[in-house]
Amino acid sequence: MIAPGTAQGVQAGRARTATEAAARVMVPRGLKQLVYDATGIGVAAVMLFPIYWMIITAFKPGRDILTLQPKWFPAPFTLDNFKDAIARPFFLDDVRNSLVIVGVMLALALVIAFLAAVGTARFGFRGRTAFLVMIIGVQMVPLNALIIPLYMLLDSAGQVDALPGVIAIYLAVVLPFMIWTLRGFVANIPVELEEAAMIDGCTRTSAFFRITFPLVGPGLVATAIFGFIQAWNEYIIAYVLLSSPHNQTLTVWLASFTTNHGPEWGPLMAGAVKG
Amino acid sequence: MATAAAAPDLEPASSFLRRRWLSGQLFPYALITPSVAVIAGVLAFPLGMLVWLSLQHYGLRELIAHQGEWVGLGNYQAILADPLFRQVIFRSLAFTFTCVALTILLSTLIALLLLKVRRAVSVVVMSALVFVWATPVIVTVDIWQWMFDYEFGVINYLLTQLHLGNFIHHNWFDNPVQGLGVLVLVVVWGAIPFVTITVFAGLLQVPGELLDAAEVDGAGPWQRFRFVTAPMLKPIFLIVTCLSTIWDFGVFNQIYVLLNQRPSADYYTIAIYSYRESFGVSQYGLGATIAVLMVLVLIVVTLFYVRETVRQAEIA
Repeated sequence: MIAPGTAQGVQAGRARTATEAAARVMVPRGLKQLVYDATGIGVAAVMLFPIYWMIITAFKPGRDILTLQPKWFPAPFTLDNFKDAIARPFFLDDVRNSLVIVGVMLALALVIAFLAAVGTARFGFRGRTAFLVMIIGVQMVPLNALIIPLYMLLDSAGQVDALPGVIAIYLAVVLPFMIWTLRGFVANIPVELEEAAMIDGCTRTSAFFRITFPLVGPGLVATAIFGFIQAWNEYIIAYVLLSSPHNQTLTVWLASFTTNHGPEWGPLMAGAVKG
Repeated sequence: MATAAAAPDLEPASSFLRRRWLSGQLFPYALITPSVAVIAGVLAFPLGMLVWLSLQHYGLRELIAHQGEWVGLGNYQAILADPLFRQVIFRSLAFTFTCVALTILLSTLIALLLLKVRRAVSVVVMSALVFVWATPVIVTVDIWQWMFDYEFGVINYLLTQLHLGNFIHHNWFDNPVQGLGVLVLVVVWGAIPFVTITVFAGLLQVPGELLDAAEVDGAGPWQRFRFVTAPMLKPIFLIVTCLSTIWDFGVFNQIYVLLNQRPSADYYTIAIYSYRESFGVSQYGLGATIAVLMVLVLIVVTLFYVRETVRQAEIA
């Protein structure tokens, strides 16, 4: 066998490709691509199936939902479930609450996380390891177990059943991950770029804002998406700490469809589609 | 940390002090102060309270009176002596291991596949992943419950139509092994988007030249993955494994909802067990004890990953 990597090996490789390429490689390559693409579509279909099922259930009239032979398409098509869902009390209130909570939380979180990310990615300081360990360690605590103490804390601050309390909790829950992710993005941008800008006459601050900050853009977007999804979808904290219906979030509103009489699948799925 | 932190010490004392004063050794502390303030401000008291509760007999009466009865380590002794607790820990660990292994494996395969497919297909797959990720867990578990419904569920219908057996009126949750299998499916399905997107983002950062060079040197696809891609993705695999372990060990919603809010003891994972003790039978002290033990087990399980993760971060 010819040792790969040697000039001989490469030569031999080239020779082989040249002679056999047309006959042996070209046809399978197209086929291979087809197999890859088909597998990709298959993966997407399997992942999406539950979501698809939710959406078509939302458009089905009640009698078509509870059938022994499921219908793959909402043949008699109805918007009644959506009307039902919107007509339920507090829908708009809860949408607004969700937007306020997530919006305020995210704005604060991005600023705070970005500062900490720069601090830990660009500077070495005593206590940095401890800080990083804390960031990971905090995420190990089960949120369910903290409900009662958190309730007591908010109670003493007069923030039970009020949005600011929940915003503060979400902030503390989402921050560790956001800091960690952003830190990775900042660390991946070479300091040399900033240094080059400083040689060209920038101050350290302006070098940072002109060079590094724009490059962290995608990181900020990715982190914001994560924070958004986490907070938007959170259920148990909002459910326990926001007791009055007009103060609840959309996720809690959705979960309230599962009533004592058993779930009402149609309106539930319709609500979920909008969420 | 070693290089970054040690560097100032090597400088002459006078310049060291001046630098500390001018460019501010205190500056990084100012940068992390807001996050420490928020995290500690919100979580320090509840965490302390949790440990405090775990050392008391604290039931409904005590909750109303705001006054527990101190029992020291009594709760811990009671829990550790309980054979149910050992079962629950074992079940949780096995469940977590299965979910994390499957999640990482499948997500990596999908991420690698995304590199191979044509652009339009990768957009479709990505959109599907984001869609799944963006749907609240509390909603997706409802969908799954509906799909696995023993009477009207689409899964039973589908499996029967495909001649994989008679699944008409088959209740998946009668048999805990099957039931937990379904739960693994639901958890892994929900976990795949985040992990796939993260791994895929990492894959895009692997320089193509390195892979080409390895190929010229005669490395096959597996060798290229094993010796080029995987080492470069190590930090990402570490953090993703670490987080997945934390999340899957604490799995709650999926089990709670799919089992109609009344999971039998066969389905107790540690988070369900803690919740049942606290809110089901109003033994808040015992519930807190279980939660503390849960964190301790998690620390032991993830110790290696956390250490490696932090070490990787400090090198960068």
